[in-house]
Amino acid sequence: MIPELGQFALILALCTAFVLAVVPMVGSFTGHTGWMDMARPAAAAQAFLVSLSYACLTWAFISHDFSVLYVANTSNTSLPLIYRISGVWGGHEGSILFWCFISALWTGAVAIFSRALPPVLLARVLSILGFVSIGFLLFVLLTSNPFERLFPVPVDGASLNPLLQDPGMAIHPPMLYLGYVGFSVAFAFAIAALISGKLDAATLRWMRPWTNIAWMFLTIGISLGSWWAYYELGWGGWWFWDPVENASFMPWLIGTALIHSLAASEKRGVFKAWTVLLAVLAFSLSLLGTFLVRSGVLTSVHSFAADPARGLYILLFLGIVIGGSLLLFAIRSNKLKSTASYELVSRESALLLNNILLVVACSAVLLGTLYPLFVDALGFGKLSVGEQYFNAVFVPLMLPILLIVGVGAMLNWKRDKLKGRSTTLVVLGVASIVLAAFLTSLLTHYRISAVASLSMAVWVSASTAYGIFYRFRNKRKRLSAVMHTPAAFWGMSTAHIGLAVFTVGVALTSIYNEEQTVRMALNDNHTVGDYDFEFTSLEQVRGANYSAAEGRFQVSRNGDAVSEIVAQKRVYDVRNDTMTEAGIDAGLTRDLFIALGEPLDGGNAWSVRIQSKPFIRWIWLGTILMAFGGFLAAIDGRYRRVRATAGSASAKSTAAVGSAVTGSAAVAQRSAPAAGATGSSSNITF
Amino acid sequence: MTPKRKQRMMLVGLMLGGVAMAVGFGVNAFKQNIMLFHSPTDVAAGTVKPGQPFRVGGMVVEGSVKRSDTDLNVYFELTDHAQTVPVSFSGILPDLFREGQGIVAMGSLDDQGTFGATEVLAKHDENYMPPEVAEALEKAGNMPGTEANYGSKTVVSP
Repeated sequence: MIPELGQFALILALCTAFVLAVVPMVGSFTGHTGWMDMARPAAAAQAFLVSLSYACLTWAFISHDFSVLYVANTSNTSLPLIYRISGVWGGHEGSILFWCFISALWTGAVAIFSRALPPVLLARVLSILGFVSIGFLLFVLLTSNPFERLFPVPVDGASLNPLLQDPGMAIHPPMLYLGYVGFSVAFAFAIAALISGKLDAATLRWMRPWTNIAWMFLTIGISLGSWWAYYELGWGGWWFWDPVENASFMPWLIGTALIHSLAASEKRGVFKAWTVLLAVLAFSLSLLGTFLVRSGVLTSVHSFAADPARGLYILLFLGIVIGGSLLLFAIRSNKLKSTASYELVSRESALLLNNILLVVACSAVLLGTLYPLFVDALGFGKLSVGEQYFNAVFVPLMLPILLIVGVGAMLNWKRDKLKGRSTTLVVLGVASIVLAAFLTSLLTHYRISAVASLSMAVWVSASTAYGIFYRFRNKRKRLSAVMHTPAAFWGMSTAHIGLAVFTVGVALTSIYNEEQTVRMALNDNHTVGDYDFEFTSLEQVRGANYSAAEGRFQVSRNGDAVSEIVAQKRVYDVRNDTMTEAGIDAGLTRDLFIALGEPLDGGNAWSVRIQSKPFIRWIWLGTILMAFGGFLAAIDGRYRRVRATAGSASAKSTAAVGSAVTGSAAVAQRSAPAAGATGSSSNITF
Repeated sequence: MTPKRKQRMMLVGLMLGGVAMAVGFGVNAFKQNIMLFHSPTDVAAGTVKPGQPFRVGGMVVEGSVKRSDTDLNVYFELTDHAQTVPVSFSGILPDLFREGQGIVAMGSLDDQGTFGATEVLAKHDENYMPPEVAEALEKAGNMPGTEANYGSKTVVSP
């Protein structure tokens, strides 16, 4: 009964989505206020119906309803409760329903927090989100119905892939989806701007917190995935340039470019068409990612079942969304004129450079990811692009970004001269190299590559810190100036420091990584780097739904005991899958990683992979800082204040279209003097 | 040319130069890092020269896996049910590596015709077959039933 209710709610949600996609959009052209007002209730109804449907599926999982095919395929009576809840998105059908659920929530959130938006704009934005919902709801109902019944009812289910039975994996998909789907909001605003042919500062100001939040979720989602791969796959790597990883990384790169270009568009009215294009691309790449992952064209842990109908459907949907929005862009983008000029040395130039580098990097990743698929589709054989390609292209593109990130952030809008700061910057640059050279001497071996990459990281931190100092240099009441600085500035600085921390992690892990695969019998010793590993015990243990061979390793350094590492080789009951549970001794400056390979000689010895990974935690520490920076930038009070301004403006104005103009005029007046001035007081703008 | 336009041109020039360099690096790196996939039938036909890196995929022949007693070397045979390729590997095989299942290996052939694998990939799910392997098997006319190709409508009995 409950599953049927879920299915019924889903069908109703589809009907609501049709209403949402059509009625307010038509109303926005004909000027029927009543039609446009349909948008918010329809969005709320859709959010309720999809949530209900999702709750029904979750209930089927919790109550072990194996008469539902999807539940029978992905759950099992021995599965712990948490993995029954996360198992809802552990397979294809459920994860697409989960996508719909997140999408409905985002649409609902826009409907709730957007009272102040001009009605025409709001109606169009929600309509476009409704259109995206139709695409995914139809996908669920036509090709991947999670509520399909199964008869005869099996006694027990086939259980969840053991790789997914892990806390990190339980929250990775929700974060990633919140990010992917979050870009649909920026996309909807961009399409609405193309339809109306104008993109004013108020709208751009609106897009910024939404985009920041989506970007934050995507950042968290990707780093959780990387962290999970590190400790769960047993290889000890954190990034493999796997097509599925690339699928999530490409929207992130474009999203990063987007949040930067949004800043320039909002503050200075430049790069408007470019910003719209980036918003379209970010969401298109999110869809492409879904296509790559879900259609089964890739060999990966993420591809569940290869069903041609699904692949074809997503490809069609992708074609409509990307083709349609690019067509609209081609026709209408000339209306989005940039209003301001800027000079070579200015924040605009720095942001433009950032954007170009990120977009080129994304194109390189796209080429490496899609080329094998194209070649295959054209029948020229099967090939794959190696990891080295991505490293060789990606790393050189990131170097200029590291060089300019700190300096660019402290430049003024429109025009700036580095006079007065150039000496300090040169001194900081030299100091960075000296400090890096010194820091490298504290590490195990002296490597020039370590000096180079550490100088970069130190330089990013130093130039960012100098930017913070420079901002407050002339303030008499420093403390109060610091207190009154917008959260967005701190968000930006935090994210940039996060980039430095991330750089340290990536560089030192790849340069100083030590890995050895050895054969070890009980009580054998092996030395990797400074550490000595002794295989002290091996026993069979029993977990909730698996049994495991558990090896214990005593780690010591120069005779002093450091820690004991426990590594397991698990065999899960139901599916009889083998899985490596690596043992990790985590630390801020190094991780020690042990993975059991296979028993040799009938269990007398094991093949063991031992790794020492210096500073690997810094990678995720850096991404946490970046995500936190995105969060700080999104909660900046200025966005809420504008909301109030635009709200009073639209309340005064009766004509629907008029309010958008009024709202933007109010904002333009407020920001114009600040942007124009170049003195120290102009630093309110960021 | 006004100074402003000059600056603008410099900006455009810098960016074009940068993008051109990036494309240059990219194409170069791309050429060096493409790895083709070949089936055991291709290998037996001698399409691949020794030393040239490529990927090979197929089913691990039942009973062919031999481990060394002293080190981590492993030998096994890979088949598409038409031809067979001997493979050697040193290190830890993936968790889902089993006899009778589909895998993909990266590496190159030595002069004796043994494939020296640097990396062995097994599927992450026992019901999932790497598409390359499935196709290679199909070409050789030996797709072993549909149970290996995990259709969405199948329920795996516990």
